[in-house]
Amino acid sequence: MSIIYVLVSISVIVALGFFIAFVVSVRKGQYDDTYTPSIRMLFEDEIVKDPNKDQPIETNDKH
Amino acid sequence: MEQCTHCGDSCVNETVYHKEKAFCCNGCKTVYEILHDNDLSYYYELERTPGVSPREFEHKFDFLDNPSIAEKLLDFSDEHTNVVSFVIPAIHCSSCIWVLENLNKLQPAVQASQVNFPEKTIRITFRSDRLSLKDLVLLLSKIGYEPYISLEDSNKKDRVIDRSLIYKLGVAGFAFGNVMFLSFPEYFEVNEFWLDRFKPLFRWLMFAFSVPVVLYSAQDYFISAFKGLRSKILNIDVPIALGILVLFVRSTMEIVFNWGTGFFDSLTGLVFFLLVGKFFQQKTYNYLSFERDYRSYFPIAVTRLNNTSEEISEEQIEVYEIKKGDRILVRNNELLPVDGILIKGNALIDYSFVTGESEAVARKSGDKLYAGGKQQAGVLEVEVLKPVEQSYLTQLWSNEIFGKDHLSIFQSLTDSISKRFTIAILGIAFLSTFFWLLYDPYKAFNVFTAVLIVACPCAIALAAPFTLGNLLRIFGRMKFYVKEASVIEKIAAVDTVVFDKTGTLTSGSGHHIIYEGVALTPEETELLNSTLRASNHPLSRSLYEMLEVHNIRTLDAFEEQVGKGIEASVDKQLIRVGSYSFVSEGDTSEHLPITTANKTTVHISSNNLYKGCYIFQNHYREGLSEVLSSISEDKEVVILSGDNDGEREHLEHLLPKKTKMYFGKKPEDKLAFIKELQKQGKKVMMVGDGLNDAGALKQSNVGIAIAENVNVFSPACDAILDAGQFEKLTDFFRLSKTGIKIIKWSFVLSLIYNIVGLGFAVTGHLAPVVAAILMPLSSISIVIFTTVATRFHGDRLLKNNKS
Repeated sequence: MSIIYVLVSISVIVALGFFIAFVVSVRKGQYDDTYTPSIRMLFEDEIVKDPNKDQPIETNDKH
Repeated sequence: MEQCTHCGDSCVNETVYHKEKAFCCNGCKTVYEILHDNDLSYYYELERTPGVSPREFEHKFDFLDNPSIAEKLLDFSDEHTNVVSFVIPAIHCSSCIWVLENLNKLQPAVQASQVNFPEKTIRITFRSDRLSLKDLVLLLSKIGYEPYISLEDSNKKDRVIDRSLIYKLGVAGFAFGNVMFLSFPEYFEVNEFWLDRFKPLFRWLMFAFSVPVVLYSAQDYFISAFKGLRSKILNIDVPIALGILVLFVRSTMEIVFNWGTGFFDSLTGLVFFLLVGKFFQQKTYNYLSFERDYRSYFPIAVTRLNNTSEEISEEQIEVYEIKKGDRILVRNNELLPVDGILIKGNALIDYSFVTGESEAVARKSGDKLYAGGKQQAGVLEVEVLKPVEQSYLTQLWSNEIFGKDHLSIFQSLTDSISKRFTIAILGIAFLSTFFWLLYDPYKAFNVFTAVLIVACPCAIALAAPFTLGNLLRIFGRMKFYVKEASVIEKIAAVDTVVFDKTGTLTSGSGHHIIYEGVALTPEETELLNSTLRASNHPLSRSLYEMLEVHNIRTLDAFEEQVGKGIEASVDKQLIRVGSYSFVSEGDTSEHLPITTANKTTVHISSNNLYKGCYIFQNHYREGLSEVLSSISEDKEVVILSGDNDGEREHLEHLLPKKTKMYFGKKPEDKLAFIKELQKQGKKVMMVGDGLNDAGALKQSNVGIAIAENVNVFSPACDAILDAGQFEKLTDFFRLSKTGIKIIKWSFVLSLIYNIVGLGFAVTGHLAPVVAAILMPLSSISIVIFTTVATRFHGDRLLKNNKS
């Protein structure tokens, strides 16, 4: 039944993994602005839907 | 009247038509065209009339040509790529986010742009070899999103975002979850072979998870308790720190000596809930700056005139580089950052920023000008007398109250209760231990620690942050932004309210203008309008905006004399507009003298015949008398103005009888006045707006800044109130008081829990399961109670306002 040692250590490692992911995301500033992304995600579909103006400019051009 | 398609303003002065759409000015039309031509007209589909009318900005950003200034603004730069962040006050809706994040469609050299909506900032990455910083700023300004660049930005690299609380919260939450999970088998105390065998592993894992919680997450409580004890104050953190420490020590001893499982779940849970409360309190709106000083008002650069041999060259230099004796150029609408002597130009300086005096003053060459004044007409040449650090306005900030941290003697409700609480708990702990020592010495240690554990005032500690935190958000929704929760407690205690006049009681824009004298004929009115239209003087402009304009005529002659007035003529009709002495010059007829002492007036004469005058009255905020009279029911109301007492009569008429009024107060006088009131034991709230109130705001118990634009102009204060919400001031007082009542009720609730818990503890029956149930239960029920109660009262207030 020493399998339980393995199981517990795996669960702790998984938990630690999530914890590290959390710390990294905070450090990268994901929690600094919790409002704008919620609006931003609503844009993209609309932009794709609106190419009826036949402008030759390539807009996704990000070098 | 038509509405501008771009900015939504009514088209007052002119209406520009373009593609069957109306625009209020050419600026708006240009922005529409730019957006339309670049396939960005989706902007107008997200929101109705989302734009902001662009302002004049020629030469305004010339200082960005100076590489050393531009360098200071950049967040990052290398050969090709620059990253810069700007504050853009005009950001207000989702359309703004969309168009700003699609900047690369307007300017391909922009690689990425990201908006932070709550903070109203944008971070732009652009190719420095293809686009200069100045052009980028001009592009933003052109589409109506002018960045606000001030002296404060010049050292923004030092700014560090403090994220330690969220890390602490993360650690505590992580440990809490895992410890709960690991202690689950022990809750049922089953004697099963495998569970018994793994008990030590589970217990030591729980211990391992708890160590960082005690050492890292809870460190603020230990530090604060230690500081409190050192200055001989029993604050709320003392019993909390004691509780945490005892919990940890006893739990550790239990697993070391194999007595039991310990209280690690309660320990981590307690710290987690406490930090959630703290986070809740801190999160509200850290994007508003409550600690502004002169740096956020001053420009980052000025134009210096270099007089080398015969040639005079202009150079943009940093404000800090100005030295005594330099000659600088101040353009229309620019702020003077230094004290100096006027050399050349027509100075018309608006000192409302510094003194509160609302009308601009004229100065002639040789006169002294002070920092903080705003030039209102044409270009000035000024010789610098004192550099920025030594100017009069900057000196105001070196006043001692701005220097130190201004530790208030204010004792919060929680602290005063926790003092008695701690003494009572320690008393109970020692008495019951003493009893058990005599009766059953084996249990004495258990009882002692159990009392301290169960009595840990987490529910009391949570009541205030959650109630006040909720109120902070309710206030925030009503556009009253309070710096921190303790301020609400202070608002509830206020007994004297001091108001500044200009900009606080009066609204920044618009005057109330009345005419006294002989009525003007239609021709004279036309001539007057045409004359005013040509003038740049602020009073002329206010008057022009107020009058109905028809048939603008081209003037044959026009002459403006600084500090006196304007003379203009059409078809041998002569009109004079300005001060009485200027206008009545050469008038031989008898006319009724109009009492105009200390009032702002514009006199008119036509063909050397005195006609009458326009009297400018301040435009007071909506609902002013109602607000002040309801405040004066249980508080003392004082008006403290930097202005002259020309409006006294009008104010007396408008305000409740008891109101005390003081006029002509300089910034230092205001500060001293507040200090004097406090010496008399009054709890003073100061409501002000400009820099001239900064000292008084800081000195008062609660300083509230009234702001037309919440994001840009507000001096150091405890709370910022949106100018449009002025009439709700009484509601805020009422809600603060309700908040205090809710906290008191929470205390009663948590006291009941504590008595139940102590019953278990004193009798020596505190098992881990009881602690595990009772402690979170008390915390959570307090949180729910305060949330529901504040919501209920907040909603009721909001509803009352709507109906």
